[in-house]
Amino acid sequence: MTELQAREPLIFELGKPGRQAVTQFPPHAPGTAEIPAHLRRAVPPALPEVSELQAVRHFTRLSQMNFSIDTHFYPLGSCTMKYNPKACNSFAMLPEFLALHPLGPEPQGFMACMYELQEMLQEITGMQGVSLTPMAGAQGEFAGVAMIRAYHQARNDMGRTEIIVPQAAHGTNPATAAMCGCSVKEIPCDANGDVDIAALRAAVGPATAGIMLTNPSTLGVFEHKIAEVARIVHEAGGLLYYDGANLNAILGKVRPGDMGFDVIHMNLHKTFSTPHGGGGPGSGAVGVGARLLPYLPIPIVGRDGARYRWLTERDLPQSIGRLSGFMGNAGVNLRAYIYMRLLGREGMVRVAEFAALNANYLMKRLQAAGFEAAYPKRRASHEFIVTLKSENRLYGVTAMDVAKRLLDYGFHAPTTYFPLLVPECLLIEPTETEAKEDLDRFCEAMIAIRREMQHEPEKLAAAPHTMPVRRLNDVRAAKQLDLAWKPAA
Amino acid sequence: MAFIPHTADDIDRMLERIGAQSIDDLFDEIPAALRAGALKLPPAMGEMELGRLLTERAQGDGRPVNFIGAGAYEHHIPAPVWAITTRGEFYSAYTPYQAEASQGTLQLIYEYQSMMCALTGMEVSNASLYDGASALAEACLMAVRANRGSNSRRILLPRSLNPTYRQVAHAIAGNQGLVFESVDFDRAAGRTALQALLPYSGQDVTALVIQQPNFFGCLEEVDELTDWAHQNKILVIAVVNPISLAVLKAPGQWGARTEAGHGADIVCGEGQPLGVPLASGGPYFGFMTTRMQYVRQMPGRIVGRTVDTEGRPGFSLTLQAREQHIRRSKATSNICTNQGLLVTAATIYMSLLGAAGLQRVAAASLQRTADLVARLSAVAGVKAAFTAARFHEAVLLLDRPVPPVLNALAQRGILGGLDLTDRYPELGHALLVCATETKLDVDIDSYAAALADVMQVARAAA
Repeated sequence: MTELQAREPLIFELGKPGRQAVTQFPPHAPGTAEIPAHLRRAVPPALPEVSELQAVRHFTRLSQMNFSIDTHFYPLGSCTMKYNPKACNSFAMLPEFLALHPLGPEPQGFMACMYELQEMLQEITGMQGVSLTPMAGAQGEFAGVAMIRAYHQARNDMGRTEIIVPQAAHGTNPATAAMCGCSVKEIPCDANGDVDIAALRAAVGPATAGIMLTNPSTLGVFEHKIAEVARIVHEAGGLLYYDGANLNAILGKVRPGDMGFDVIHMNLHKTFSTPHGGGGPGSGAVGVGARLLPYLPIPIVGRDGARYRWLTERDLPQSIGRLSGFMGNAGVNLRAYIYMRLLGREGMVRVAEFAALNANYLMKRLQAAGFEAAYPKRRASHEFIVTLKSENRLYGVTAMDVAKRLLDYGFHAPTTYFPLLVPECLLIEPTETEAKEDLDRFCEAMIAIRREMQHEPEKLAAAPHTMPVRRLNDVRAAKQLDLAWKPAA
Repeated sequence: MAFIPHTADDIDRMLERIGAQSIDDLFDEIPAALRAGALKLPPAMGEMELGRLLTERAQGDGRPVNFIGAGAYEHHIPAPVWAITTRGEFYSAYTPYQAEASQGTLQLIYEYQSMMCALTGMEVSNASLYDGASALAEACLMAVRANRGSNSRRILLPRSLNPTYRQVAHAIAGNQGLVFESVDFDRAAGRTALQALLPYSGQDVTALVIQQPNFFGCLEEVDELTDWAHQNKILVIAVVNPISLAVLKAPGQWGARTEAGHGADIVCGEGQPLGVPLASGGPYFGFMTTRMQYVRQMPGRIVGRTVDTEGRPGFSLTLQAREQHIRRSKATSNICTNQGLLVTAATIYMSLLGAAGLQRVAAASLQRTADLVARLSAVAGVKAAFTAARFHEAVLLLDRPVPPVLNALAQRGILGGLDLTDRYPELGHALLVCATETKLDVDIDSYAAALADVMQVARAAA
C-alpha cells in the first residue's frame, strides 16, 4: 500500500577505487610535509569513492525509505509530530545567519531574535527567566535538576539529594536525576491517573530535593491536584520541576509558573515545531522562577539599552555553568522563534485548543469503534491512551502487532508500551495540524485492523507486509554485533 | 489560523461527536483559578512580512571574512549536502524506533558509524551526541565506567585543551564526583610536555584527555602521551578534529602496540567541520567512537545491521539496554534526542569528499594557515607564539593589547581571530587565528595589509 523504496546497497558498495567528486575538492593539492612523519596518517580511511550523482541518488533513495511528517500522519504520543513549517527552515538558513561564527562580534540581528524568544517563552510559561542553551530535553532536565541542587547547596542544605518521580515518568527523568548525583524515589499514580497524594506525603522529607512532573502527565490527563502537590513539596522544602514534554496541551491555557513550578524545560522540537530530524537536533530551553534565577546555564542574551550582549560567568557567577561549546543549538532556537512569530498570540492559544479537539475527537471515535480508552472518564489532553488488553486476551494480538499493521495502512505507529503501567497500550497524539479527514482515515484503518484481529490475526502477527523490511531480529542485532562496515581484508 | 486546517463545520461536527459545547469545555479539568489570562505576545505575522524582518536582521549582521576557528571551522559545504539533508523525509522524521518505517535513517546512521570508525581507527561508533564539548563530558563519565581498575574518578585535562570543553566537562560531570586536574603545557612548544605528567606516574588516575590538534593548533606528541597513560593503567580519551584525521595518525594507532592493543580508548570530538555551517554555534554534533570491549559503556544510540524474519538484511537500534528509556536511573547517560540531522549532513559530506577529498581539504587548510602565519608574523609587532608543528590554527603574539586590534579589523570587515587574553593571561597579548581551504590568497593579503595598517596606526597613536 505504501510506496517506500525497497532496498538500497551500502554506499561503500557503490563506489570504485579512484572515483572522485572533484568539483567539491579545493583546487590545490599541497603536500603535508610539515607534519612530522610519526604524527602522519599512513593508510587513508576507508571512505566511499562515489560520483556526486551516485551520492545524490543514494541518499535520496534512503530518504524514500522513511516515514516522515511531510509524507505520513504520525500520531506518535508524547512526541508532538506536527507540521514543521518550511519558512522556519528557509529563514533560519539565510546565508548571513549560517555564516555567523559563534565567537565573532555579538550579532545584533540574530541576538534580537534570541532575546525575543527568551521573552516569549518566559511569558508562555509564567517564569522569571529563560536560558536557551540546553541542546535537548534531557539536557534541559539536567540543567533543571542541577539548578535545584545548586539552590539547596547555596543555602547550605546539603542533605537534599532525592528526586521524586511518578512511575509513569519518561525514562530521562530518573536518568537525569542520577546524572546530577541524586537518588530517585518513584511514587505510584492513582486509578484516575493522578499522583497518589498519600504516597507523595509519605515520600517527601528533609532529603527531598524536588519532584519532576509532566502535566498533563504521560497518561494523557491533566493532574487535577497540582496545587496540592505543589504545596506538599514546597512545605517539605523541595522544588517542583516541570518536564515540558507535553506543553503542547496547555499552551495559553495554563502556565507552569502559575501552577507552582519552580523550573521547566521546554522541548522546542515538540511544542515549537522545530524538526525531529530523524532523532535530533532538539532544544531544551529552561525557564525558572525567581529562586533559581542566579543558577541559569550560560550564555544568555541580555540587553544594555539598545544593545544585546551575551551574559556570561561575570554576570551570573552562581550559574551551573556551560552545557555546550558555544550557545546551544542556536539554529533550532531560531526556527522556534520564527514559528512563534508566525503563530503570534492568537495562534499560540489555538495550538492547545486544536490539539485537544483532535485528541478528544479521535478518542471518542475509537471508543465508538470498540477500542478501550485507558482513562475513559477523563478528558484527553493533547493525547490519550488506548489499551488493547482485552484484544490481547481475546485474539492474542499485541499493541506491537497493531502498531506494525498500521504501517501497512500508511500511518506511522503510535507510541507503544509507554507508559509502562498501562498494559498493551498505544499512546496516540494527533496534534493540531491534522485535518479531520486524516483523523477519519486513521479511524477507518483501526476499524479495519480490528476486523483483521477477529478474522485473520496471523496477518497482524506477521505485519508489516509492505515495508522495505519485515520485523527485524533485534536479539541477533544485540548478540552478533554488526555496527560498522569493514572493507574486505 | 496558522497551520490549523479545521473549518467551522469540522469544529461543529467534532464537538458534536465529543459531546462538548465548545472547545473551551475540553479544558474543564483545569482548575479555574489556574487558568491563564491573555498572553502578552506579539500578533501573528505572515510569511512575507516575517521574511522581510528576518532578512533585514540577518543582513544587518553582515558577512565578514572570518579567521576565527577555536572549535568551529568554516569549510566549503557541497551543495548536495543540505539540499538532501533538508528533504522532508529526513528533516521531519522521528527517531527510528519503528525500524521498518525508518530504514533510510537507520542505514544512513550505520554508514555514518562505519565512516567514523574508519576515520578514528576504532571499532564502534554511536549515532551522535550533542556537540564536541558535551561529548568530552560524556567520554569522561564513560571512562569512569570503563576503567574498572580505577576508583579515583580523577581525569587529567591538559591546559592546551579547549578551555570551554573543560568548563562543560565540569558542569556536566562534576555532579557525579569527577575530579579534573590540569596539566600544564610547554610554553615554547605549545604542546603538553611528558614531564608535566610524570608526577602522576603510579597514581590512581582514571583517564588522560589528549586533544589533537590542541586548542592552539599545535600537534601533541600523542604516541608518548598514550604510552605513558597505558603504562600507568590510565585510559586515553582522544579529542580530535575529524577533518585533520585525513592527514593525522588515527587515534586508534596512537602509541606503541601492546598486548592490550594500542591507541586511544575513547575518541570524541566536534563533528561540525564535516558539512555543518557555523550558524552561531549550533546545531552541531558530537561524535564518539571506542573499542568493542567498551561498547556497553557507551552513551547514546547505536544502530546495528541484522536480518528480518525472511532473512533479508536490515537495520535497527541496538544495545538499547544501555539507554534511559529501558534502564532509567541506571542508564549510561540521560541522552535521548541527539543530533541526527547533522549526522545526515556529515555522512553526505564524507561520501562526496571521500578520503582523497578530505585529505585535500586538510592539506589545503594546513597550507593556508602556514601562509597566513608567514604573512602576519612579517608585520612589525607580530610573531608566532609556539614552535610545535601545526594543523590549521596558530597563536600569534602581539606587542600591544588584542581587543582594539580586533575591533579595528572588524571595522574593515575582517574577523581577525580569537583574543586569548582572558583564557591564557600568561601568554600576554595572544591571538588565535585559523585559515581553512575557504581562504584565498586575496583574503590572506587583505588581512595582512589591514593588520599592518592597524598596528602602524596603533603605534603612531601610542
